[in-house]
Amino acid sequence: MSTLSRTASELFWMTRYLERAEAMARLVEMGRRMAMLPSDRETAADEWRSVIAASGCAPHFEGRAVDERAAVLGLITDRENPSSIVSCFDRARQNARSVRTALTTQSWETLNEAWLKLGDLTEERVLRELPQTLDWVKGRCAQFRGAADATMLRDDRYDFGRLGIFIERADMTLRLLDVKHFVLLPETEVVGGGRDRHQWTSVLMATSALRAYHWAYRGDYSPWRIADFLILNHSCPRSLAYCYDEIIGVLDRLARAYGARHPCHHTATETVAMLADIDIGEIFHDGLHEFLIGAVARNNRLAYEIGAAYHF
Amino acid sequence: MFDEMRGADGTRPPYREIERWLDALGPEALALKRDEAETLFRRIGITFAVYGEGGDPERLIPFDLIPRVFSATEWRTLSRGIVQRAKALNAFLHDVYHRGEILKAGIVPEDLVYRNSAFLPEMMGVDPPGRVYSHIVGIDIVRTGPHDFMVLEDNCRTPSGVSYMLENREIMMRMFPDLFARERVEPVDGYASMLRATLEEVAPRACRQDPVCVVLTPGPLNSAYYEHSFLADQMGVELVEARDLFVDRGLVWMKTTEGPKRVDVIYRRIDDDFIDPLVFRPESVLGVAGLMNAYRAGGVTIVGAPGAGVADDKAVYCYVPDMIRFYLGETPILKNVPTWKCGDPGDRAHVLDNLGEVVVKEVHGSGGYGMLIGPRSTEAEREIFRRKIEADPGAFIAQPTLALSTVPTMTADGAAAPRHVDFRPFALVGREIRLTPGGLTRVALREGSLVVNSSQGGGVKDTWVLADR
Amino acid sequence: MLLAVRHRTTYRYDPAVAGVAMRLKLFPSRFDGQKPRRWRVSLNGAAVKPDFTNGWGDEVATLFLRGGVPEAEVIAEGEVETHDLAGVLRGFREALKPGVCLRETPRTRADAAIAELAREADASGGSVLSRAHALQDLVSSRIAYVPGATDHGTTAAQALAAGKGVCQDHAHVIIAGARSLGWPARYVAGYYLAHIEGGDVATHAWAEVWVPDLGWVGFDASNDICPTADYIRVCSGLDAADAAPLRGHAEGVAAETLDVEVGVAPVAQTQQ
Repeated sequence: MSTLSRTASELFWMTRYLERAEAMARLVEMGRRMAMLPSDRETAADEWRSVIAASGCAPHFEGRAVDERAAVLGLITDRENPSSIVSCFDRARQNARSVRTALTTQSWETLNEAWLKLGDLTEERVLRELPQTLDWVKGRCAQFRGAADATMLRDDRYDFGRLGIFIERADMTLRLLDVKHFVLLPETEVVGGGRDRHQWTSVLMATSALRAYHWAYRGDYSPWRIADFLILNHSCPRSLAYCYDEIIGVLDRLARAYGARHPCHHTATETVAMLADIDIGEIFHDGLHEFLIGAVARNNRLAYEIGAAYHF
Repeated sequence: MFDEMRGADGTRPPYREIERWLDALGPEALALKRDEAETLFRRIGITFAVYGEGGDPERLIPFDLIPRVFSATEWRTLSRGIVQRAKALNAFLHDVYHRGEILKAGIVPEDLVYRNSAFLPEMMGVDPPGRVYSHIVGIDIVRTGPHDFMVLEDNCRTPSGVSYMLENREIMMRMFPDLFARERVEPVDGYASMLRATLEEVAPRACRQDPVCVVLTPGPLNSAYYEHSFLADQMGVELVEARDLFVDRGLVWMKTTEGPKRVDVIYRRIDDDFIDPLVFRPESVLGVAGLMNAYRAGGVTIVGAPGAGVADDKAVYCYVPDMIRFYLGETPILKNVPTWKCGDPGDRAHVLDNLGEVVVKEVHGSGGYGMLIGPRSTEAEREIFRRKIEADPGAFIAQPTLALSTVPTMTADGAAAPRHVDFRPFALVGREIRLTPGGLTRVALREGSLVVNSSQGGGVKDTWVLADR
Repeated sequence: MLLAVRHRTTYRYDPAVAGVAMRLKLFPSRFDGQKPRRWRVSLNGAAVKPDFTNGWGDEVATLFLRGGVPEAEVIAEGEVETHDLAGVLRGFREALKPGVCLRETPRTRADAAIAELAREADASGGSVLSRAHALQDLVSSRIAYVPGATDHGTTAAQALAAGKGVCQDHAHVIIAGARSLGWPARYVAGYYLAHIEGGDVATHAWAEVWVPDLGWVGFDASNDICPTADYIRVCSGLDAADAAPLRGHAEGVAAETLDVEVGVAPVAQTQQ
């Protein structure tokens, strides 16, 4: 079993970009929710700035005045921003077009149709119909994942696509937690108040995990629990632990198919073992922020090692 | 003017079912169906960009819903003529890159071959497997009467359009299954497996296992990219770009997730000039350095062979009937269009005296850009061509303006009206010659227009070959 | 005469590139006027053997260096025995027909001035051989030998208009002029023994014109003579780019610098 290195790379990035587009939609949703709280203009701008920081698009907004309109358009329709939703779709579709033969017709048509519809996303329309637009984006990404899931052969190509999804998702969850880590710190519990509570729920909203959280923790909004849920809970599909369960599963499959293990296998195994050993108390004790930036770096290293192992 | 549906004595037999279908459907339903077809094409992503035209890089070629139909008898004659021509063209290519007997015999002027930039000195003495140079021969055929088929030009490099032949049929079958139930149409979907068999047959001698074949594309920005990916997919082979390949120890390798993997046959869809920066254009990033050397050493087969273009030059075209006689000892089955060579003083005088009636073509040009259609030209355009011809007569040929046959074609309001068409079948040359019953029919969508090129307002049609009753 | 040659070419890449492919046509021709005695070509120290003989009759080697290449050093050296045949390429085997050498290339397109020059040579009368000599004389007198006046991309027309150039330009103008008269002509790359100390570079180029009954005959407008025993013929092509004895292609982006060193000297021959 082997596949063209470029094909592996394009599939890996295609799913990463789609995952990113979806994460962007969730982040904008979170920002909107925060902005609906009564507050002064400066606080509202701060909320949008934290959304931008979590999106990793800060360089794009540097030196620009940030308000809701600028943030929403910059994160959704601006092609100058390489991580805007429209840019992500452009790039995912470009990746897909380069490896069309590696996709099933249904997967390709789903993505291509979504891309063709991007033309309808005018600025005016996005601002007027923001919730519908964000739902549409999430729907399309889900539809693509579904099409791929239902039709793609379970071979190494599929695996490279899966790796892209979970590397990106882990990265997004970690960065979101880091941006909001100050509201999750124990001392803020003392401060309490409606605004903080709203912050926590918004983090859960941004990961589409609010209802799941209710089921798991029965509406107990303690920051510890929220961090636990998004980092260590294996049943939360956006948690770091879950992403790494998926990653290690895929990497093991690849190792069996290719008959070889590489440094990326080692790195992923280490991370999984580390997540199994640690509890949320230790993480807070050693510093949540330090833990998060360490995990982001480790995730980046894994992505690099995967490329090196499979020659892309 | 010959209309393929309405002959002199009423509707011609191959079109009877089509006529019933058109009458039953009516213009409004047809127009709706057309929109449906366009949506399908876009969703699948079948697009065609016209080089240098700008605008939408993923433009659709307009697809006309009304099929063009050949009877089994018509197809038998056509296919024999096509196979004969493909054979002769390959024999000619082998000859000019070896002993040059046809040149020594004075049948084809040496100048036309040696001064042609498509003739590659680098190919001298190279022996491609099976002596095949042009593995996919696309022959453009026009019709002027019930029994009059003529070859307009040959395409020996890597002719495009076959994906339209296949997709047009797919769409038609998806949209009008009942029509195919009533009429026995020969299937075209065997093309991809025939192409793959052809590629495997010309694998190099050095290849010991199942040949690994790939399609080499310049990339997604190329206008025919859809076709490249489509063919790779249909054949079940990798679609590669130059950066996926490299040459080492006289062999070609592709970069895979498991490390380098050997490649035996490259169906390349990039031009000669670009395939190897070490031998041809040094600045080319589309090619693979050292590829020509691996090819010459028998480590890999390039499909089609570099330098095959010398056989499809418009000036060499005049001599194809002579090639058929010379190499095959046969009488040509398909006629050429009568052609005046402006390099010949007598022919030139005739052409210059009749610029208003003839079609003038540039010898090395292609795609209908450097062309004068006399009857539709202005005085100023004729003057420009007069000067061009006088400055460099050898670069031009002229042909009479043919009354191309017409086929019913949908107009904007959904009504059927006669429009001019041509036809491009694709012959596959390996150890044997294979021909799919069908091809690409191009149609000039504007009323009265004779230009069928997709770059200039042409469209495409599904082409039917009816099975024997 | 026995001539000793050493020709070293070094390509340096900064940073090192992933791979380098090279095509070498560095093997002196064998014909009645020339026999390589011992000839060795190496790439980064490893001996290089030709893979095949191309249509022009030249031996060609294609080589690959892979994995972090900072430098590619090509050395061609050995001894070649030469005889003066007044420029006639007698006893040389090649597959291509002279007709190919009527083809125009961008560098050898004859403009009005070159065509006029060629007509002047043609009007001098006599055999093709003597008219070709006249063409060589005319080119020699119209284009002064001035190193550095032109570069490798200069066309024949530009060189004639400027009235100065080097051997490449002389050869290109002869070729363009000859072809405009319907005489097949080509570009020859080789080495040359300069008699004036430090007077000339040792890589050299000249033109060959197809003369009925004689075959290919060399014409060197830079020295205004036909090649003698001081000339070593290496390879030929439609123009300088086509005939280039070395061609390299680096994979990846890097600054490339080129360093060339050539020496040609007569070998003192002792009686045995």
